[in-house]
Amino acid sequence: MKKLKNVGVYTFLSIAAIVSIFPFLWMVVSMTNKSVDVTKGRLLPGSHLIENLNVLFESVNMVTALVNSTIIALITTFLTLLIGSLAGYGFEIYRTPGKDKVFNILLLSMMIPFAAIMIPLYRLFGRLSSTVPFLGIDTLAAVILPTVITAFFIFLFRQNTKMFAKELVEAGRIDGLSELGIFFRIYVPTMKTTYAAAAIIAFMNSWNNYLWPLVVLQSPEKQTIPLLISNLGAGYTPDFGVIMTAIVIGTLPTAVVFFVMQKYFVEGMMGSVKG
Amino acid sequence: MSKVVKRTNLPYTINLKSSGSWLKKNYIGWLFILIAAAGICLFYFYPMVQALLLSFQSGMGANLEYVGLDNYVRLFKDPTFIAALRNTFLYLLIQVPLMIILALFLSVLLNNATLKFKGFFRTAIFLPCVTSLVAYAVLFKYLFGENGLINQFLLNLSIISQPLNWLSDPLLAKIAIIIAITWRWTGYNMIFYLSALQNIDKSMYEAAEIDGASSLQKFFYITVPMLKPIILFTSIISTIGTLQIFDEIMNITNGGPGNATLSISMYIYNLSFEYSPDFGYAATVSYVIVILVVLLSLIQFKVAGDKK
Repeated sequence: MKKLKNVGVYTFLSIAAIVSIFPFLWMVVSMTNKSVDVTKGRLLPGSHLIENLNVLFESVNMVTALVNSTIIALITTFLTLLIGSLAGYGFEIYRTPGKDKVFNILLLSMMIPFAAIMIPLYRLFGRLSSTVPFLGIDTLAAVILPTVITAFFIFLFRQNTKMFAKELVEAGRIDGLSELGIFFRIYVPTMKTTYAAAAIIAFMNSWNNYLWPLVVLQSPEKQTIPLLISNLGAGYTPDFGVIMTAIVIGTLPTAVVFFVMQKYFVEGMMGSVKG
Repeated sequence: MSKVVKRTNLPYTINLKSSGSWLKKNYIGWLFILIAAAGICLFYFYPMVQALLLSFQSGMGANLEYVGLDNYVRLFKDPTFIAALRNTFLYLLIQVPLMIILALFLSVLLNNATLKFKGFFRTAIFLPCVTSLVAYAVLFKYLFGENGLINQFLLNLSIISQPLNWLSDPLLAKIAIIIAITWRWTGYNMIFYLSALQNIDKSMYEAAEIDGASSLQKFFYITVPMLKPIILFTSIISTIGTLQIFDEIMNITNGGPGNATLSISMYIYNLSFEYSPDFGYAATVSYVIVILVVLLSLIQFKVAGDKK
């Protein structure tokens, strides 16, 4: 009976694992195949990888998209961490009833669906286009700005600050550090784990963001990886081998981040619940 | 999410002895918060108010004028909106429970101390979360293609006798979307449950075993009640996510065939950027999502009966 049950458990888990992994294997294999073979569902590696890469990097704007996505993701991650941790620290260390009220109001923004604010945001950046062109529609700044300040990260940092030894703040004051000095010299180095976890989430969110860039970016030389993949997939004569190559390259950074920092990754997810 | 509305009354960490420096520190504390608070007001609360005002206006592009409640009346007579609403609810009612049950089941299996290859299974099932929504959506579009691997697999096993038109049949297209979303998000939810399972006191299970409880009884009388807060959290997150579903629909079916898979978010996008732009009406449709998010979250809190 026990044995039979075990066989069932392993079979079920194996099926779940295969179903989860299979699409990854298929996209990696398809990256080396011709378009025709991909549509036929060929599961063996082919010899078309170089050609696919050539098309992607020469006739499609893959390099530009990679550069755009990287710039956006890095700036977004940096600003998200800076602003989010400053606020999370501020709410917890300088806690007053008034700040708690503000905190609760800010958290309400987590309930706001992006679709509801997308149109006003688009119009806001549209108005900026005429007065401050470097912030308007079709700029990387417009992609970045609305995404760097989210209640989620304030919440995450505040929850983790609860575990930060407050005596360190007092010690810093006695040592004559300014309040901001305490934050940068003591808090930031002690909270490396939280920063790592938050960085992963922020980077992945930004790298994978689709709807807002789709709305706000217009010219092909501004497009990001998800926009490029989506455009390739929606074309009239899609080259499936090339699309698969783009998907693999687009997924690679987040997959690497995941495997290298798996521990922080899960911790970051949990950081939003615990406390 | 349950923590969001909770107010704790822990002692404040500020040194209240010297009121002068307290005032100064309180003031500095506000400066730490300033950028974040201003940003959220500018990029969340201000647009929400703008969207509300827009929802009472109508017209093409920038030529908007106030029309009172016309947009809201239009909602009820708009077959496309009703189709989008119905589809979104279908995804919500079928996909979210399906995924949560599957994730719970997987996490309980993986929580077994004697299980081998635990790390492999966990990593494998979580792996879909590293893909971007667009990337996996395009991938699934081809997997579900007429000559796609899913049809080939089913044909080889003789489950079907001829290829299914996954993406051009209204019902099958919905099923394809549900399968795709479940693939992407089950592992994500599973990780939450796994971590919560590790916090359950083992002695509860031991006591239940002494009393002769079966695995099923242990699951329903210990595991599920202990995981209730986290199940509530994940179901609210999934509900909010599903109500806003866009990337998958756009890239797998583009809303088709007809409007068979169209979601509310995609309809808002089409109204604003695909058809001749009607921002006013689009804002009205978007407020439907806002109302649904608030209502459904409240209902879930009530149903879960969580005192927090």
